[in-house]
Amino acid sequence: MAEISKEQVKHVANLARLEFDDEAVEQMANELSAIIEYAEQLNELDTDNVKPTTHVLDLKNVMRKDEPKKWITQEDALKNAPDQKDGQIRVPSILE
Amino acid sequence: MSLFDYTIKELEAKLHNQEITVEDLVKESYQQIKEVDGDVHAFLTLDEEKALEKARELDKRENKSGVLFGIPAGIKDNIVTKGLRTTCASQFLDNFTDPLYNATVVDKLDAENPVAVGKLNMDEFAMGSSNENSGYEPTRNPWNTDHVPGGSSGGSAAAVAAGEVLFSLGSDTGGSIRQPAAFCGVVGMKPTYGRVSRFGLVAFASSLDQIGPLTRTVEDNARVLEVIAGHDKMDSTSADVEVPAYTEALTGDVKGLKIAVPKEYLAEGVSEEVKNAVLEALKVYESLGATWEEVSLPHSKYALSTYYLLSSSEASANLARFDGVRYGVRSDNAENMLDMFVKSRSEGFGDEVKRRIMLGTFALSSGYYDAYYKKAQKVRTLIKNDFDKILEEYDVIVGPTTPTPAFKVGEKTSDPLTMYVNDILTIPVNLAGVPGISIPCGFSEDGLPIGLQVIGNYFDESTVYRAAHAFEQATEHHTKRPQLGGAK
Repeated sequence: MAEISKEQVKHVANLARLEFDDEAVEQMANELSAIIEYAEQLNELDTDNVKPTTHVLDLKNVMRKDEPKKWITQEDALKNAPDQKDGQIRVPSILE
Repeated sequence: MSLFDYTIKELEAKLHNQEITVEDLVKESYQQIKEVDGDVHAFLTLDEEKALEKARELDKRENKSGVLFGIPAGIKDNIVTKGLRTTCASQFLDNFTDPLYNATVVDKLDAENPVAVGKLNMDEFAMGSSNENSGYEPTRNPWNTDHVPGGSSGGSAAAVAAGEVLFSLGSDTGGSIRQPAAFCGVVGMKPTYGRVSRFGLVAFASSLDQIGPLTRTVEDNARVLEVIAGHDKMDSTSADVEVPAYTEALTGDVKGLKIAVPKEYLAEGVSEEVKNAVLEALKVYESLGATWEEVSLPHSKYALSTYYLLSSSEASANLARFDGVRYGVRSDNAENMLDMFVKSRSEGFGDEVKRRIMLGTFALSSGYYDAYYKKAQKVRTLIKNDFDKILEEYDVIVGPTTPTPAFKVGEKTSDPLTMYVNDILTIPVNLAGVPGISIPCGFSEDGLPIGLQVIGNYFDESTVYRAAHAFEQATEHHTKRPQLGGAK
């Protein structure tokens, strides 16, 4: 199962909030298929009794108190925003 | 001779004796940038006015304390700098001119008074091995501008090699400090995972990313790491482990040092001249009283697959934040909110970044998670166990940093897998989480640098530095300079 279809590429692109034209979809399908086919070498290894590594250090959950603090001003928060109005970040309409 | 041919320690003495001023150092930096950066393209953003102002202010100070006092430095452009444009070499962040805070490493540097001269070029979001994925003009190798500088910290390595700055910061997820250090003939350290705070490092793969210094000498490198290392409450994955004085480990003494040489690191795919340079280096270690034995890291050949599945999965999640709402370039062509996400991302990201997001999203998607992502996490355990076992018996692991010297621009861009294979000797180190350094150990017939990789145990950067320094001091490779770096 290494073949990734054009339909799968479109499905994954939608999940990732990306879009590709037809030519790019085809190229992406070929490239991802090649990478996944290569990666399937991992199936040579029996890992039934192996624990997954999510983190290389022996760290437990790091907790802190959830205390609000003043960090940035509203003005600062808007400094890099692509569009703003009346002290708010403005985005295109969400509802049709 | 350039002022940057001196070590930081030597420059410290010159500053104290008033032979030179900080302004001299900073002007030397910009002079060299003006001379060579049109060919090298190491910098994305310069901060000349502020840097000169800071230099003059430092020169006026009575108290010239700070272990990096007055030293010109460059910062990789995925490390956030307050008020100084930070793009990650992505068109998506082209307008991100006013970041609100400093990365912890930048604050830590600031406390020791270096002068940041600008932000350094890289592969977009640190995804790449050649800097050809930069969203701007790609960096070239100062030793030969037909060749790549490596990546993703290509600008960081090239700037140091070209004598534009005395040290730089890079980041290393699968070799992104060590590989360009090898290609550019400089010293590049990837510390233990968790050694240096990642707060303010724009995340690529959070379980692998680590910030580290690039310098011309091991001594300078140890000095910079001493400054930036340590626990940070802003990064819950940073380790609460004491930071030793790395510079004090540089004794030159490696008598009795036990070196492991993985046979997989000198196998097929590693070029003859690289192999020979490493074997010569082992002779140097023998002459210094160290011993070496061949060992095996049997799961090495699975590291590349494991890495691309894990790092791309993590990247797909980390890069979800780039939506065009709060910062970055928003598409002008969007009709509604969803459209704005899709178009901003599709127009702003380059091909490699999209490829990795797609691969990662696929590997994490329903129905494939166990087969790819979880499988890779399990193989990661096997790779880590390989290292743990060898490092129980040996002090360091030594091998090449890269299979070949720097390749030509355009040579590996047509097929992603060919490019990925280039990182086969550095990736396992990130998967295991241990520290690794690349130091110059020779030159190819074409005059391109070759890197020696020294890998150590968790939080034992001291032994890595000691081994690297002893070799460096016993050889001349680190004293050679590229034409563009001021060689006469």
